[in-house]
Amino acid sequence: MNDNTQVTQGAATKTAAASAVPAGTVMPPVDVVENADGITLRADLPGVAREGLNLQIEADTLIIEGDLGLSVPQGMDATHVEVSFPRYRRVFTLSKELDAEKVSAELRNGVLTLRIPKAAHAQARRIPVQAG
Amino acid sequence: MYRALFPRDAFAELDRLQREMQQAFDISPTIRGLARGGFPAMNVGNTESSVEVYAFAPGVEADAIEVQLEKGVLTISGERKPDAPPAPGDKSTVHIDERFAGRFRRVVTLPDDIDPEAVSANFRDGVLHVSIKRREAARPRRITIH
Repeated sequence: MNDNTQVTQGAATKTAAASAVPAGTVMPPVDVVENADGITLRADLPGVAREGLNLQIEADTLIIEGDLGLSVPQGMDATHVEVSFPRYRRVFTLSKELDAEKVSAELRNGVLTLRIPKAAHAQARRIPVQAG
Repeated sequence: MYRALFPRDAFAELDRLQREMQQAFDISPTIRGLARGGFPAMNVGNTESSVEVYAFAPGVEADAIEVQLEKGVLTISGERKPDAPPAPGDKSTVHIDERFAGRFRRVVTLPDDIDPEAVSANFRDGVLHVSIKRREAARPRRITIH
C-alpha cells in the first residue's frame, strides 16, 4: 500500500524519500484545491499548537507532522477513544511545477492552510491558435 | 473447484473483518450510539472526581459550538462552515476533498454521579474539552429492617 498521497492527480514521480506512514500516527483528513496560481492544502490537525507543528519539504516531498498537545488530567481512564495516537503525519508528493520555496502556512483553530504557488514558468498561459 | 459468481473483493473482505474486530473489542455502545467516525471525533475518560470529554472540532470558532447538558446527556453541536468558495472566474479544481463541512451533533451519555452544576468547557486549537465533576461519593447508608 502506498501511503503517499499526490497533491495533484497528474503523474508526479514518487521518491524513495517518501517513507510510509509509521505506525502510531493519525492520518489527518485534507482538502486540496488547485487554481491557476497554485495549490491550497487544508489539513485538520485538532490539538496541534504552532510549536507542535512540523512541516518539511525535501526535494518534492512534503511532510506534515503535528503533535497533539492535550492536557489530560492525571490518572484518567480512557473509556472511549477515537483519536488514539498523539501524533498526526501525512506525506505528499509535490509535482514539478510547484514552487516549494514559496510555500506559506497558517495554523488556526487546529486547521493548517498551506498555499503552494506554481513556479512562474508553469503558470497557465493562453496559447494563441493561428489560423492558416 | 467452487468459484463464486461474484468473487468477493479482498479489500472489502478486509474492511468487513476490521469492522467486526472493532465491534468485538469495542466498549458496548450506548443506545445513543457514540458511533465511531463522526464529526467531531471524541475521546472520553474518567477520573475519580470527574468525567473528561474531548471533542476534536478543528476549523470551528468557539462561539459556533453549543454544549448542552440535560438529564445526564451531553450534547455537542454546531456548524463547520465550508471554506470560502473560489472567486467567480477562478478556475479551481478539487483534487482531494476529505474534510467535513456542515452541521454536526454528537451526544454522550454521562454516568449517574455527575454534578450538572460543575461543568467547564474550553476550546483550544480546535479541541473542545468539557470537564464534568462527579458528586462526592454518597455515604453508605444503613437500611433498617422493620
